Amino acid sequence: MARVIGGVGTTHVPSIGKAIADRKQNDPYWKPFFDGFHAVHKWLASEKPDVAVVFSNDHGLNFFLDKMPTFAIGAANEYRNEDEGWGIPVSRAAKGNAALSWHIINEVVGEGFDLTMCQEMLVDHAVTIPLQLMWPNGDWPVIVPVSINTVQHPLPSMARCYELGRSVGRAIACYPENVKVMVIGTGGLSHQLDGKRAGFINKDFDKLCMDQLVADPESLTRYTIPQVVELAGAQGVEFLNWMAMRGALTGTVSELHRNYHIPISNTAAATVLFENKPRVERRKAA
Amino acid sequence: MRHHIEGTTMFDGDQAQKGYALNRMCFSFNAKENREAFRVDEDAYCAKYGLTREQREAVKSRNVLRMIEAGGNVYYLAKLAGIFGLNVQDLGAQQTGLSVAEFKEKLAAAGR
Repeated sequence: MARVIGGVGTTHVPSIGKAIADRKQNDPYWKPFFDGFHAVHKWLASEKPDVAVVFSNDHGLNFFLDKMPTFAIGAANEYRNEDEGWGIPVSRAAKGNAALSWHIINEVVGEGFDLTMCQEMLVDHAVTIPLQLMWPNGDWPVIVPVSINTVQHPLPSMARCYELGRSVGRAIACYPENVKVMVIGTGGLSHQLDGKRAGFINKDFDKLCMDQLVADPESLTRYTIPQVVELAGAQGVEFLNWMAMRGALTGTVSELHRNYHIPISNTAAATVLFENKPRVERRKAA
Repeated sequence: MRHHIEGTTMFDGDQAQKGYALNRMCFSFNAKENREAFRVDEDAYCAKYGLTREQREAVKSRNVLRMIEAGGNVYYLAKLAGIFGLNVQDLGAQQTGLSVAEFKEKLAAAGR
């Protein structure tokens, strides 16, 4: 049977793509951010996940406001990136696993999440940058992209995104193939690009979110979307992707690594690594 | 029902309807040939997408707050800003009335 071995939350700021292309990993501005991935690389090298389910939000590459699904899932064997218009290099394509996607679709829709099914889906920097950060040698696993609307309000609630993640986690757990799956939530943390409040960053709220994500993720579902906008900034709502990622970790979860650095571009940049152990192996938290 | 947050425009149904033409034009800038076409003849390109007078004036002014007022969404506007050679720090500085250096310092200060 398939199992979810862990999860990563990471920022996906477009300029990271440029920094990678320009090999700026050791540049003083970038080093504190890129160094936060060493522990993730080590974990990936030992755990070797076959598949990554990636929760992210599209920024106007695949979806436009003409048709804006609240939740959409890729059901393809390949996901291409294209020119996003803001000058970051076009990434190579990621491989998909349509059979696993359809299994997740059948299970998750069966539980009441009405996903938009996409046999073609372009993936933007919110997917490709985390892959580049986590597998800098390019040996990306197969992906299943899940897109959450964080652009056009009303957005799905924190609770709904968390529950979506839980449903995806249960779907993976009953997939009959023997595959190791990890989940990734991308975006955030606090930032605001638009308006007179541009440049807003909230270190205290970010810390609270990261702490509660490990210990008591359900406590975060009490925040309404307007409250998240107020506390995390207009684009800080990308934390919804992290909520879904955490939801998919339905076992005993511990934080193996955390990095938090301000600023990368206009954003409080964060990277967390969670391990997900089957509940029967429950053990004392470290 | 509406939750007012200072200095923040919620991109909701009202804004999405109001800004549709402007955002649709910005979405087209994913394609290089469209960015070029805009550069060559901005008036004609804006007319092709049916920008309202307010949106056309906002684009002409290069003023991001005016573009947001006209219904623009920042994810799409960023594609337009790229044509003008502006990154998100430039946009932040312009919207907050700071110099780019001051805006970057404001960001760095948030981490201390």
